[in-house]
Amino acid sequence: MKFAPFEYAAPATLAEAVALLASSGGAKVLAGGQSLLPTMAFRLATPSLLVDIRRLNDLRRISIGADGVRLGARTRWRDIEDDARLRTAHPLLVAAISHVAHYQIRNRGTVGGSLAHADPAAEMPGIAVACDAQIRVLGPKGERVIEAGRFFTGALTTSLADDELIVEVHLPAWPAARRWGFEELARRRGDFALAGVATYYDVDAGGKAVNAHVGVIGACLRPHRIPQAEKALNGRVVDDAAIQAAARAAEAALEPPSDLHASAAYRRALAGTLLERALQQAAQRGKA
Amino acid sequence: MSYVGQSIERIEDLRLLRGRGRYVDDLHRDAMLHAAILRSPLAHGLLKKIRVEKAKAMPGVRAVYTAEDVAPGNSKVPAIPVRLMPVDQLLPFEQPVIARTKVRYVGEPMAIVVADTQAQAEDALDAIELDIEPLPAVSDRQSSEKNASLLIEEAGTNIPITYTATKGDALSVRAPYVRRERLITNRHSAVCLEPRGLLATWDGAKTKLTVEGAAKVPFQSRRVISKNMDLPEDCIDMIEGDTGGGFGVRGEFHPEDFLIPWTARKLGRSVKWVEDRRENLLAANHSRDIEAELEIACEKDGTVLALRGKLWVDMGAYARANGTMVPRNCAQMLSGPYRVPNLHIQSTMFLSNKTPVGTYRGPGRFEADFFRERMFDLAARDLGIDPVEFRRKNLARKDEFPFPLATLDLPEKKEELDSGDYQIALERCLKEFGWEEKKKLQGKLVEGRYHGIALSCFIEGGAAGPRESARMLLDPDGGVSVFVGGTSIGQGLETVMLQIAADALGLPMEKLRIFHGSTTYLKEGFGSFHSRSTVMSGTAVLLAAKELKEEIAKRTGRKVDALRDVDLKSLAPISIESTFHNHRHTYASGACAAHVAVDPRTGDVRLVDYVTVEDVGKIVNPLLANGQIVGAVVQGLGGALLEHFQYDENGQFLTGSLADYLLPTSTDFPSVRAFVLEDAPSPINPLGTKGAGEGGIVSVAGVVANAVAAALAPLGAVPRALPLSPPRVWQMIQDARTAA
Amino acid sequence: MKIKFELNGKAVEAEVPARTHLADCLRHHLMQTGTHVGCEHGVCGACTVIVDGEAVRSCLMLAAQAEGAKVTTVEGLSREDDLTPLQKSFRKHHALQCGFCTPGMLTTAHALLSEEPDASKERIREVLSGNICRCTGYMNIIEAVYEARSAYRGGAKK
Repeated sequence: MKFAPFEYAAPATLAEAVALLASSGGAKVLAGGQSLLPTMAFRLATPSLLVDIRRLNDLRRISIGADGVRLGARTRWRDIEDDARLRTAHPLLVAAISHVAHYQIRNRGTVGGSLAHADPAAEMPGIAVACDAQIRVLGPKGERVIEAGRFFTGALTTSLADDELIVEVHLPAWPAARRWGFEELARRRGDFALAGVATYYDVDAGGKAVNAHVGVIGACLRPHRIPQAEKALNGRVVDDAAIQAAARAAEAALEPPSDLHASAAYRRALAGTLLERALQQAAQRGKA
Repeated sequence: MSYVGQSIERIEDLRLLRGRGRYVDDLHRDAMLHAAILRSPLAHGLLKKIRVEKAKAMPGVRAVYTAEDVAPGNSKVPAIPVRLMPVDQLLPFEQPVIARTKVRYVGEPMAIVVADTQAQAEDALDAIELDIEPLPAVSDRQSSEKNASLLIEEAGTNIPITYTATKGDALSVRAPYVRRERLITNRHSAVCLEPRGLLATWDGAKTKLTVEGAAKVPFQSRRVISKNMDLPEDCIDMIEGDTGGGFGVRGEFHPEDFLIPWTARKLGRSVKWVEDRRENLLAANHSRDIEAELEIACEKDGTVLALRGKLWVDMGAYARANGTMVPRNCAQMLSGPYRVPNLHIQSTMFLSNKTPVGTYRGPGRFEADFFRERMFDLAARDLGIDPVEFRRKNLARKDEFPFPLATLDLPEKKEELDSGDYQIALERCLKEFGWEEKKKLQGKLVEGRYHGIALSCFIEGGAAGPRESARMLLDPDGGVSVFVGGTSIGQGLETVMLQIAADALGLPMEKLRIFHGSTTYLKEGFGSFHSRSTVMSGTAVLLAAKELKEEIAKRTGRKVDALRDVDLKSLAPISIESTFHNHRHTYASGACAAHVAVDPRTGDVRLVDYVTVEDVGKIVNPLLANGQIVGAVVQGLGGALLEHFQYDENGQFLTGSLADYLLPTSTDFPSVRAFVLEDAPSPINPLGTKGAGEGGIVSVAGVVANAVAAALAPLGAVPRALPLSPPRVWQMIQDARTAA
Repeated sequence: MKIKFELNGKAVEAEVPARTHLADCLRHHLMQTGTHVGCEHGVCGACTVIVDGEAVRSCLMLAAQAEGAKVTTVEGLSREDDLTPLQKSFRKHHALQCGFCTPGMLTTAHALLSEEPDASKERIREVLSGNICRCTGYMNIIEAVYEARSAYRGGAKK
């Protein structure tokens, strides 16, 4: 399982990196390599040039401000885990990321790498979509910002051009009173989820849910929000009845794939169950 | 001074803990080349043409070989002989070491590339052009039995053999209670952490082939290489280094065990091949793929009168070296430790376009125990009998040994349990598990999970003959070198052998050195399988020690009890080789219990607790015995809950990575407890030991499935197939709802 | 390409093809074979080494990415004269059988305990879930790492 041959470069600047990406048809960005290198080990990916961004230290930054959380593309899972500020600045992110892979992978795997790899069961893309994140990318023609909801186009495919690289993901500000829940089921700890659900809502003066967001991973070909479930929550007190309604609406709306790990029927039911549990978590947070 | 019976820390650990082990891929030789093997991408097809010219022209490539090179013209491609229980009717089904006209499973070797580096060899694989005409794939029993698409045309059938295991007259038993069930175990296997590997070196000047990376049965493998390469056994040295796990698979003869030595001889060089993980999952022996249709007949009080029915064993594309043991054991061992007076089981091998099957730790027995223990639990439930009482009532009794099992045919094999006191382990298991307390949870829904407990009893065969040898060499420094035919596959053989030797010689362990496995140490050796090494090599060591002491007594003219009192330096060298002959088997035995909590919404099974109690006759090293048993249990839990080799209907292999084939990790089964007993020493060897390597795994699927069944009894869900993955358990619950 | 880094406290350099991962560089170019390769796709953890103080999978890192780094392998965690406290604890608890996963277990445990000498059994289990052992069933490994914690307190390393 040796990698097919490739050229390697470790540019010192973002501009050089972009130029290198544009220079070769089969160039790919190497960030942490925790998804790309296994794919290359099976020769499912055979890039002609790897542009290693390890020297681009500007990309490894977590900034937290009034407008939300900005994660540089080279931010590692471990950096998120270690940054105590994020536990209040974005608790949903922290909860979801705690499920990512294992200790050693967490020391190298990056936010940008995960977004670019776009595994439908991965947590980071799911959080980006569920939270209406914006993904800032850079290419030869300059910078553009892609909404997470439009970034993922299918399993392992994105709207990122071959000569673009991800610079940063921006998660909008997180009100302290927000209610949220995250649930996933994987066969073993650290595995990709058979299904996972991220949800949050704010509560208005009347105690009713507004701005409900429900996002799914695993039980889908790409991470997406489930508007039908969100509709079942908005304007209602999130009680058992609302939770059931949202979960059933989610099940009806999903079109999960069948594969060797689970049938579509199972994934659909699982996503519904997980949404119930995530919403119970959220409602419970309101009581605490 | 006594070593046997003590938890002696392992001598192996001193090197393994410091990164100084020498596994086959750690070896480097001058001018060594690297081999990669081109494997069939299709399950079934006619191999019309292989074009290797482009591959040969790739950078670093030294040679590309196909079947035409291995067997030029019309000569026959050498085949892997059936090693265990060979009968003539299996001959047509033996695997040629390389495909010539037909490919029969995804992963079958078709060509060998040899290059300066491993990466270059793999690059060249991609450049080999193939013309394969696809044939309909046989992917299940139904399509195999139809014989419409034949794997081996010359044989005229996809069904190589049907074995029958018989005891009493099961077919004519009429009983007040009878139940029939169809049960299925899942294809999975050893998946040793160290991939298989070989480093073969040909020295033309000395006419010497040296094969490093040998494991399990080096002498037997040498015999096969000798015959197939037309090279006297004396010209072949099989060298065993450190070995990263065996579990029945590593070291059993696979195509590469011929191809790599052959390539080295052809090139007159050192050639190394280390399989990658994908190849390991794809091409090393699979196991456990059995479907059973069984009937249990009982008295109303739960006394079992008969077990009868059929087993269909998916052998994959060929009958490999020890594949016979899977259908044979499953039939013969179906009754386990119980007094089943009448048994009639037909066990049919069938071929499919899948990876061939061999033994994996507890071969046939893991499956048999799943089938039997499920049948017992269903019967106990139907009859309203406590499942523990049901087992107590049917266990073989202390005064019934030797206790006969069913007799097999083709060839005939009688079998008996040597000794045991099965009730002791059962009662101890209940106590350690806290059965009475946990029973209160049976079928209860607590915090969203249904709880269930179950108990199962098992036996573990060991000590396969026909013989084993040990040599002792009194060295000039006054130490003793001990050479054994057993092989080390990670089980602690070195420490155990020296514990036995040190006690027998009356010397401290520090005075002894151990050498094992390689064909250079002894005239003959039989290796490590069937939980045989402690009994067979251990007894040979005991005999050699006795003879060495006798020889020293003769030379010194005085009675010798312990060698520590003798001036050994002045006597060196003395060499003694002794052989232990044995045609009977030891049977360790035990009981295990499992507690699970099942999430009915997701189908997730959480193992809350697992206890196993095994009587191994005589414990040489409690620490190591415990390690064997706990390790075996966790492997079994993998097989019961996680591991599954899957194929699609075209015979395409779907589980070629460790992200798809799920091995247990440290967070999966945090509570497994083992207790080792020595209440029933074996009467058939002077140490009294029995095998301990496999008992832990044997009953895992049975007891876990029964615990899941107990948990989900309120929902009416009935486990009939493995693994009990969340989707399968969830589906079971849906099916029960639909039925109700 | 030429790579320079620090291996077990010594400056090393290796001439490797760009596609060489760190594990192959260590094993087959620098002949430090204590690091094992079990799956080569980032699942089994046998190849775990410590890079700049952090445990990483050396099959999922190019040798080129180690340029200028401090790399520690099982050889670097070992002494000539005796076993280290962590190794002794592994031996005492029979935390290895075939020994193939052991270098990865030791490097992972060392990295963990160096940072978290008070790690709970649960934390140890969680961290080691990235290292597959096919022999032991893990029970003894968890015990061994847990008991070795004392050697990592008060600045005592190794």
